[in-house]
Amino acid sequence: MAPIGVGHYLTVAAILLVLGIFGIFLNRKNVIVIMMSIELILLAVNLNLVAFSSALNDLAGQVFALFVLTVAAAEAAIGLAIVVVYFRNRGSIQVEDVNLMKG
Amino acid sequence: MIVTAAFYVFSAILIGSAAAVVTSRNPVHSVLFLILAFFNAAALFLIAGAEFLAMILVIVYVGAVAVLFLFVVMMLDVNFGQLREGYQRYLPVGATVGAVLFAELLLVLGGWQFAPQASSLRLSSTPAGITNTQALGRLIYTDYVFLFQMAGLILMVAMIGAIVLTHRERTTTRRQSIARQNARQVSDTLEIMEVGYGAGTNVTGIIRPKREPAPVLADEPHTHGVGLPGPGEH
Repeated sequence: MAPIGVGHYLTVAAILLVLGIFGIFLNRKNVIVIMMSIELILLAVNLNLVAFSSALNDLAGQVFALFVLTVAAAEAAIGLAIVVVYFRNRGSIQVEDVNLMKG
Repeated sequence: MIVTAAFYVFSAILIGSAAAVVTSRNPVHSVLFLILAFFNAAALFLIAGAEFLAMILVIVYVGAVAVLFLFVVMMLDVNFGQLREGYQRYLPVGATVGAVLFAELLLVLGGWQFAPQASSLRLSSTPAGITNTQALGRLIYTDYVFLFQMAGLILMVAMIGAIVLTHRERTTTRRQSIARQNARQVSDTLEIMEVGYGAGTNVTGIIRPKREPAPVLADEPHTHGVGLPGPGEH
């Protein structure tokens, strides 16, 4: 087996990113699974950042991955709060029902 | 050698659980597969040498974010079977977009290489001789301290926003109103009255009123005392 290089990590991250986008298309009605797919996409980005940081001996990539994790956690908290409030008001979390603002 | 085998095992489980996240029928299973995916990604981070990020991923993501997802999925009483309608309809377009994107990514992956001056363009090169956590700590508290504070600010705004969004006033419960308590005066609730000596004691029951004597029927023989009802008499 070949030693692990940055290409292996990039391949895994690419598959993860494609799976996340596929999940957004597949679960178009369920907003919770859409948010989980976004988490998968952000995980793929983090994997890329860490792989390049390790390959180039540059710690800035890991710092960026740290900030991506921070923003992802904040996004998940706000998104789930919005889902809870929406469910309390409408009794449903179907994405197609979200038309209160007539956008 | 063992590292290579470990990489393949962890990445296979990661991709498998990521596929299970998006295709699982029950969202609770999706969240549990998401947790498995985070654990395996943490293992991949460890193989790449990012120990601190691996631990952050386990603690923050598995411990907080994924459990938050689990709480929300279990708290909402949603008919998840209804949410899966149209699954077959969305499958072809999703597969097409995914395949196109993956082909493009493979094209990029097949032809790229590091720039020759890449190693001289490092922003903050990894110091030798100290652990990953120490090196990251030295970096984020010096060069990236403002970004670090900004990250904390973002987290605080997210926390306050989530609380404000989900907070609701309950009318059925009694709450403490500190402003009302502080604004209260003695004269609002308490009245000092001048009461004469012994006045009102018959009302409060300190001096009992005398009972009326029992009515005496005329033709009844006088076996009991008149006017003084005994203890057994009603």
